[in-house]
Amino acid sequence: MPLKSKDVLGLEDLSVEEIELILQTAEPCKQIFTRDIKKLPTLRGKTMVNLFYEPSTRTRTSFELAGKWMSADVTNIATASSSVVKGESLKDTARTLEALGANIIVIRHQMAGAPHVIARCVKASVINAGDGMHEHPTQGLLDLYTIREHKGRIAGLKVVIIGDILHSRVAKSNIWGLTKLGAEVTVCGPPTLIPQGIERMGVNVEYDLDVALRGADVVNILRIQLERQKKGLFPTIREYSRLYGVNAKRLRAARPDILVMHPGPANLGVEITGDVAEGVRSVIHEQVTNGVAVRMALLYLLSGGGASGEIAG
Amino acid sequence: MRLLVKGGRVIDPEAGLDEVLDILIENGKIVSVASGIPAKGIPARVGAGAGAGTGTGAGGGAGIETVDEVVDASGMIVTPGLVDMHVHLREPGREDEETIETGTAAAAAGGFTSIACMPNTTPPLDTGAFVEAVRMRAARAGLVNVFPVGAITKGLAGEELAEIGELRDAGVVGLSDDGRSVMNAEVMRRAMEYAQMFDLPVIPHCEDTNLTAGGVMNEGYMSTVLGLKGMSPAAEEAMVARDIILAELTGARLHITHVSTAGSVRLIRDAKRRGVRVTADATPHHFTLTDEAVRTYDTNTKMNPPLRTREDVEAIRMGLADGTIDAIASDHAPHTFEEKDVEYDNAPFGIIGLETSLPLALTELVGGGYLPLGELIRRMSSNPARILGLGDKKAGIVAGADADLTVIDVKREFTVDINEFRSLSRNSPFGGRRLKGQAFATIVGGRVVFKRWVAV
Ligand SMILES: [Zn+2]
Ligand SMILES: [Zn+2]
Repeated sequence: MPLKSKDVLGLEDLSVEEIELILQTAEPCKQIFTRDIKKLPTLRGKTMVNLFYEPSTRTRTSFELAGKWMSADVTNIATASSSVVKGESLKDTARTLEALGANIIVIRHQMAGAPHVIARCVKASVINAGDGMHEHPTQGLLDLYTIREHKGRIAGLKVVIIGDILHSRVAKSNIWGLTKLGAEVTVCGPPTLIPQGIERMGVNVEYDLDVALRGADVVNILRIQLERQKKGLFPTIREYSRLYGVNAKRLRAARPDILVMHPGPANLGVEITGDVAEGVRSVIHEQVTNGVAVRMALLYLLSGGGASGEIAG
Repeated sequence: MRLLVKGGRVIDPEAGLDEVLDILIENGKIVSVASGIPAKGIPARVGAGAGAGTGTGAGGGAGIETVDEVVDASGMIVTPGLVDMHVHLREPGREDEETIETGTAAAAAGGFTSIACMPNTTPPLDTGAFVEAVRMRAARAGLVNVFPVGAITKGLAGEELAEIGELRDAGVVGLSDDGRSVMNAEVMRRAMEYAQMFDLPVIPHCEDTNLTAGGVMNEGYMSTVLGLKGMSPAAEEAMVARDIILAELTGARLHITHVSTAGSVRLIRDAKRRGVRVTADATPHHFTLTDEAVRTYDTNTKMNPPLRTREDVEAIRMGLADGTIDAIASDHAPHTFEEKDVEYDNAPFGIIGLETSLPLALTELVGGGYLPLGELIRRMSSNPARILGLGDKKAGIVAGADADLTVIDVKREFTVDINEFRSLSRNSPFGGRRLKGQAFATIVGGRVVFKRWVAV
């Protein structure tokens, strides 16, 4: 196996070499998008299960397409609609899925560590598709891929991540990946949304967005959960938008070739204005496309694929 | 019934004892502490003027009498019976987690001769009748002394005072709503004022629950990395500070249990310096593990207060070393395998500790150079006994005292095997850990209630 572990639970656990390998492998995978018949035989006979305890059409569809284009048999299980899962513990469910022949289990769960529980009790590969406030490694990888595709490198770039860092698994995976590959990362948001000890992950903390954006190469804007306001983490949506909303005027402080990213779906007019989201610097739609490529690469590597060159053939 | 504990190094810091001696016990009382008491028979009068071990003859002047049982303690140390002042026995209500019988068996195996059990059972111990029921069942189990702690408020709801006078008459040794925090400062003030007339210690679970809502581990770098909701150390410290201020106001006896943060240690140290009537205990897990242990999402690292940082662990050790923290208590909190075998967020707080408490204390505190052996024994016997007002009859090796003794093999190295626990539950993060020092025998009221390798 080209990856050290059978599972991908977080970018914290992956080495620089492993991350590089995944990104390299994603390149030929992306070529498949331009083909009429988007199909590789790599995962023929393998079964992939998307086990989603939390609804997410975007991520689930991305995994589903990645699996199908690699010729895997793909099953989706959403907990709300499934009797397989009802009343069963996480471990029971995982063991049942394995008994039914699952080779790869993709899990999205509202609780941090749920993928770790499953990974420990099955032989199948487990991919974390987002667990609570912990990590969302495939999102982190697709963000890295997108940045490198446009900038040609990660090392030395100034990347700003804006918004609800406290609750964001995307932010966490981004921070691990970006700092490992040598970017300078600044997180920006109100202090109530910046978690304790985040500096020890190797990032700068800046509460003033205009200061944070100075000279930035990349800005990654997180979705603000509107219910956080009700919990008193910031006074009003209006004030949040005034202090941390990214608009064209603010972006002038950044480098002219700044890359604007957002994991989606965006609250237009809140954390990002519509013109910026659809503007020339935005790569929001490309992120979605790259997500499929990165997930194909992961599936390929986890199922025993070797060097990245083989895949295009 | 005569029992002779022979050849052990007897350490009782209160009595100033530390030498190899024999201890003769008759009818549940220590009658003689002396060297060279013969195993087969004893003279009618022993030890007159023999160093510290003076004893009165038990049987009058009738020559040689036989001893019924001998505990060979050579190579071991013999200490006053250990006291664990913070234990959850779960009976009544959660007998699937622990019963008074299994809990006291675990206590005996851990070397404890007396334990104080917390009132957060179902129903809670907020009336005299429930307290008496627990004491009766403990007496029937007949292993170690069980001293119930009564509720501060009715139903542990934090609103109205429980009938504290009735609880005292039923035999409680302290007051606590443990498991819950008394959030209303006015209620806590009245509880302290009221408890004072019975000289009962108030033992709050210090947690500002507004600050910890939804939290499952210590708030800090690790909670950020793991994506688990944190509980700020400030949530504990704010309440420790509040309760110290209220104790100062009311003159009540305040005991801060399961101190877990450096800030709490500092607050207690300052309060003691000012002469406030405050005492404190800390648990073995809080002086042994840090929040790094949560990394694997093992639910046996989930407890409340949570595991803190390296700096906090060091502060607790220093607090024990300088006497700021008076006692070691396990906060033994049993939960079934099924309850703990879930996602971290869904698991209940708490771990068991009765059977690992002494070995961890010996390994980490004595082995680590934080406490000399005698001081450790003080923290685990006479200090908690004094705080709970158990009197001179407990935790002392002198003629006339209750024969509650712990025989400890300080040299025994072993690996913790959770399957060997007498507790009904197995929720310990210490399985597989190598430790040095363990109880060899536990003697309660002159009866050997536990001997290692031989279940009694
Ligand atoms: Zn407590
Ligand atoms: Zn407790």
